[in-house]
Amino acid sequence: MKAAPSRYTGVAIALHWLIALAILCTFLLAHIMTDLPLSPLKLKLYAYHKWIGVTIFLLVLARLAWRLAHWPPPPPASMPAWQHSAATIAHFFLYVLTLSIPISGWLMSSAFGFQVVYLGAIPIPDLIGKDKAMADQLVQLHEALNWLMALVVALHVAAALKHHVIDRDDVLRRMLPFIKQRSAAKK
Amino acid sequence: MRFSRLVFLLGMIAVCTPATAANVDYARSEITFVSRQMNVPVQGRFRKFSAKLDFDPTKLAAARAEIEVDLASIDTGSQDADAEVGKKAWFNTSTFPTAKFISSAVKQAGPDKFEAHGKLSIKGAGQDITAPFTVKRTGDALTYEGGFILKRLQFKIGDGVWSDTETVADEVQVRFRIVTTGNR
Repeated sequence: MKAAPSRYTGVAIALHWLIALAILCTFLLAHIMTDLPLSPLKLKLYAYHKWIGVTIFLLVLARLAWRLAHWPPPPPASMPAWQHSAATIAHFFLYVLTLSIPISGWLMSSAFGFQVVYLGAIPIPDLIGKDKAMADQLVQLHEALNWLMALVVALHVAAALKHHVIDRDDVLRRMLPFIKQRSAAKK
Repeated sequence: MRFSRLVFLLGMIAVCTPATAANVDYARSEITFVSRQMNVPVQGRFRKFSAKLDFDPTKLAAARAEIEVDLASIDTGSQDADAEVGKKAWFNTSTFPTAKFISSAVKQAGPDKFEAHGKLSIKGAGQDITAPFTVKRTGDALTYEGGFILKRLQFKIGDGVWSDTETVADEVQVRFRIVTTGNR
């Protein structure tokens, strides 16, 4: 029998940090672009925001597919069961949110009458037609989902730091690139 | 009786008005356009325009079209953009409230297919354009449908920072459908 992995695979680590970076970029971009007066820059930033959103959606799908074949390392044996459950729930939320937020943005763009054309080259079909009232509701949904995600990400980061700084275990390290594990280093 | 005379006079005016001046049914007519923003096609339209069409396919030499579009009646698809395109860099509607097309010649291009040649004037600039169109008859109604590519920078529509065609494409697809009734 193969031993349980002690680290995330290189692919999982790369996808995790790439998605994290993309989320941070597009989240900040959203706050900058919405306050701008109408200008070519504003149109460009909106397009980039949408393209990054589509990219995140695709990367999360890739990550889930990878996860099916490469199960993540188990939590440390010392970790209480409630923390394990909390982590599982948080991770589940992160996957659901990182998929549903791009979808809500896509629907919202369609409802405003602006089709999403990925990278300015690949038109993504409109699932719904132009509908101003619907668009306004989708804005609310898109924003609410984002604040919910911000909350879960804050918990996720706090938990990772707690493991690293207080518990001094490998939970954060096993997701960090180029770093050896504490347990491995001791050997 | 004075009233009946008035009615008679109005009747005479109606009868004597040239039959070629058909009535435009604005409820069934539209001028729309598709612009491209970051390569995303965006539908828009003009809510108000007036058209004078003299058209008889057997007398093409006498055919004439005059279309005037109220530029402030634009619906770009978003409120932000509606306010923006009235500004100086775009249509400058306070100085140039209308766009006008006056045909110089109408030519046959196939069965029920024609080409309107003429001058399009927007924002003080004039350009010769050719708009292919089709004509369909249903009862006494004629439906003219066609379009042309408008190059916005030829008219300085979207000047200055907006002249960047990577953000807003130069080419705007304009389409029209004009229905006239009372055609014999």
